[in-house]
Amino acid sequence: MTEHSLSFQDMILTLHSFWSRHGCLILQPYDMPMGAGTFHTATTLRALGPDPWNAAFVQPCRRPTDGRYGENPNRLQHYYQYQVILKPSPGDIQQLYLDSLTAIGVDPLLHDIRFVEDDWESPTLGAWGLGWEVWCDGMEVTQFTYFQQMGGFDCKPVAGELTYGLERLAMYIQGKDSVYDLDFNGNGVTYGDVFLENEKQMSAWNFEVANTESLFDAFRKAVAECENCLDNKLPIPAYEQAIQASHVFNLLQARGVISVAERQAYMGRVRDLAKGSCQAWMEKNGWAA
Amino acid sequence: MTDFLLELLSEEIPARMQGKARADLEKLFADQLAAAGLKAQSLQTWSTPRRLALIARGLPETTEAVSEELKGPPADAPDAAVDGFLRKAGLTRDALETRDVKGRATLFAVINKPGRATADVLADAIPAIIRAFPWPKSMRWGHASQTTESLRWVRPLQGIIALLGGYVVPCEVDGLVAGNTTVGHRFHHKGAVTISGVEDYASTLRAAHVIVDHDERASIIRDGAAQAASDAGFVLVEDEGLVVENAGLTEWPVPLLGRYDPAFLEVPPEVIQLTTRINQKYFVVRDAAGALAPAFVCTANIAAHDGGQAIVAGNEKVLAARLSDARFFWELDQKKTLEQHSEKLKAIIFHEKLGTVADKVERVAKLARWLCEEGIVKGDPALAEQAARLCKADLVTEMVGEFPELQGLMGGYYAAKEGLHPQVAAAIRDHYKPVGQGDDVPTAPVTVAVSLADKLDSLACFFSISELPTGSKDPFALRRSAIAVSNLIFSNHLRCSVHSMIAAAVAPAMKIPAVSILAQEFEASASQFAGRPIAMTFDQNVAVTLVGFFIDRLKVQQREAGVRHDLIDAVFALGGEDDLVRLLARVHALQAFVETGEGGNLLAGYKRAANILKKEDWGSANAPTGAPETGGGIAQTGEEDPLSMVEDPAVAQAVAEMAQPGSGLPYDPEPAELALIEALDKAEPLAALAIHGEDFEGAMAALAVLRAPIDAFFDDVTVNDADPAKRAARLGLLARFRAAVHRVADFSKIEG
Repeated sequence: MTEHSLSFQDMILTLHSFWSRHGCLILQPYDMPMGAGTFHTATTLRALGPDPWNAAFVQPCRRPTDGRYGENPNRLQHYYQYQVILKPSPGDIQQLYLDSLTAIGVDPLLHDIRFVEDDWESPTLGAWGLGWEVWCDGMEVTQFTYFQQMGGFDCKPVAGELTYGLERLAMYIQGKDSVYDLDFNGNGVTYGDVFLENEKQMSAWNFEVANTESLFDAFRKAVAECENCLDNKLPIPAYEQAIQASHVFNLLQARGVISVAERQAYMGRVRDLAKGSCQAWMEKNGWAA
Repeated sequence: MTDFLLELLSEEIPARMQGKARADLEKLFADQLAAAGLKAQSLQTWSTPRRLALIARGLPETTEAVSEELKGPPADAPDAAVDGFLRKAGLTRDALETRDVKGRATLFAVINKPGRATADVLADAIPAIIRAFPWPKSMRWGHASQTTESLRWVRPLQGIIALLGGYVVPCEVDGLVAGNTTVGHRFHHKGAVTISGVEDYASTLRAAHVIVDHDERASIIRDGAAQAASDAGFVLVEDEGLVVENAGLTEWPVPLLGRYDPAFLEVPPEVIQLTTRINQKYFVVRDAAGALAPAFVCTANIAAHDGGQAIVAGNEKVLAARLSDARFFWELDQKKTLEQHSEKLKAIIFHEKLGTVADKVERVAKLARWLCEEGIVKGDPALAEQAARLCKADLVTEMVGEFPELQGLMGGYYAAKEGLHPQVAAAIRDHYKPVGQGDDVPTAPVTVAVSLADKLDSLACFFSISELPTGSKDPFALRRSAIAVSNLIFSNHLRCSVHSMIAAAVAPAMKIPAVSILAQEFEASASQFAGRPIAMTFDQNVAVTLVGFFIDRLKVQQREAGVRHDLIDAVFALGGEDDLVRLLARVHALQAFVETGEGGNLLAGYKRAANILKKEDWGSANAPTGAPETGGGIAQTGEEDPLSMVEDPAVAQAVAEMAQPGSGLPYDPEPAELALIEALDKAEPLAALAIHGEDFEGAMAALAVLRAPIDAFFDDVTVNDADPAKRAARLGLLARFRAAVHRVADFSKIEG
């Protein structure tokens, strides 16, 4: 499946059109650095409360510790997730997902698609769910989760979340061994042309250059600002500060300045911010826990 | 008679849960039948990733009719009481019978329950089974999850087939209505599959590309994987766990062989096997010579149009990426020596109160050296110390970060690559052993020293901060560590005092800041109770608690080997015995002895003597002269018995001879009395000699001779004689007998 396979951007366009046809709002990425698409308010906050919500979007994810200076063909400190959130989870959600794979060129009678147990938990969001990692010929291509709790609150109703690893899927569909060789646009531009230099520079900054004093300061300020927002009953800005604190914490981790002993305390702090924001969101909307 | 089919269709059920789910389904179903008075001739359960199925054969069409009788209040009871009874019985007043009970008219209700149709029973049972199903983790989903009261299942439940004799049992759970249709294979079969009953269930599903019998899928995988390997000239490494797991991940299993670049084989085989097995669920294969070969077998869930070529290519690519990662770690880790890696241990907290792993390593290194220097372990002290210093270094390597289960093993590989002494490399590799029941117990001396030191240190440290295991909670695996220490001692016949070994481990723990604070608090509170009889320092207190813990674990461990815990207590209570090898030998001899008739009788004699002494409150101040007990001390346990403390058998004998009784008696002893004295005169030195030579069977045999004289003594001699001299002498004699027996064990601790 290499000759006529979709380019990276066509894959995204195909998924947009597929999920748009199936009633999803097509949203744009959240404009803040975050470790996973789940942090997008369209997932975290919308997973709470009784209102139906169906959305799909691409979210750039930053995982500073996964940076490899562009030298590892599979690991990146910045990559894309394709997120779909369907609330309440429809009865045919598995079939919808499989149809979306067919749409981007995966033939399920040629390739071995499997739903393998994988319980999801985000300690920093106070969230968990049950589901699977979806395997295609032994490779994990999607995380499939039924959210049970978010920010420490029961999800009523439960949302289904699909998180496609876009680069992995594209490498698979295009038959490429390195992410940097991916065909980005079907017209000569590779993923490496777009992102290789970014990976090199950002890895250097994440691991070696970032001013740790400024980062510690940024963490403290985010915490304080989150509390300020919570005091003023503004859950969305409060939650943005939780996102910010979480990302700064990840940067500090990459700089290797957080000891094993302190790690739990930092994660607990971020969790408190996220939970506090979720609680304020529930209260603002008048939803009972 | 009829039969019944139940299928619970679900989104993919985790493979690891399916075995228990089948057992649970069978049990819940049988319980529901039993509650209605029904029983099937046979029950069978099957599972696939998407369904749990149960077939019950030989079910009665109806339940038996039963008649139940309830006794009510007297006929003249107040209306409220009668009404209550009527409600309970579900009858009206005129349906009650009045009978005479002991002359009083009493109301009775006779309730006749007609037989119930089995279909009705099942219609109630099925929803009850589904609601009560004990999944290890369950979830809510869909529209119904607006409330947290909605149905919970392991993953969304999609359908129910309930067919009794071919007819649908009408029932529903949370809007899911039972019927006679299901689905076939997710990709090989479109649309609904209609089942007519028990007989065609498996065959209809097979036509829809689903093999519903998990055992059949397992054998397809087992045989197919072996065949795929041998077709390529390899031998499959059998792995039943993987067979079952893959059977739980597939409805139509197709084993396929793939290959990887032989260049990856430079990575240790354990690493390849682990990443292949754990991350990818593939089987590994060996070549004819038994070495790991560059191929694997994966299990697909489809019969692909291209015969599986694309699937194999995809899986090969995934495995190559995994192995590249592993090789990257393998090479990266070797850029530093273990000593350099171990620098990072200074930043890793072992426990918040116990400092860093580097601190622990330092203590373990010293203890390992001490064990060798003391001759407890016959290893080179310098090698033991070196191995201990490096044994935790692999915890900070990339490989162990990725695969924590390779701890120790990787350190061993890296040590060998570095060219360290083979004994050091082996000690680093194996120092976590023995990990559990049945694990190999190390025998290489340097390994034994490091393994022992590591575990003793953990025990001493956690006991110092009072982190003791409680109930089912043992977060630091201290019970396992104590048993591992015992196993190391027994397997290697290490001769040492547990007290001194523990004291050597506790001493450095005292220097940990948090521990020294606790010690100060302990000493401060101890001084408030100044004047109490036993004043222990903090470290002594820790050591005594820890020794007690050891003995308790020993009892549990030995119970499985059939050794009686009371006998361990009986020997341990002597106080002087804390060489575990000798202690266990004594216990074995004691057990063999007390389980003979002679031993049992001697025990009975002992108990009688001990009871009399207790009743008479016999302290030794009033003991007669001549008997060994007369040192003026209190020889209650044998610990203070002067003879047992004598190491030299010649001296022991001399002391025994000096203590020749008989002549010292101010009256003519009765024959049975004299016989006991003479028997003791013979038995005591023999027993002492045998114990000195660690011949515990011999010591028991020497004591066994006392059985007839003590029995005769009780038969013929009056202890409580009117003559105070006789009474005192006879009580003294009994005390001497008790002390003699205490030389092998404290018989008062023996049960029965």
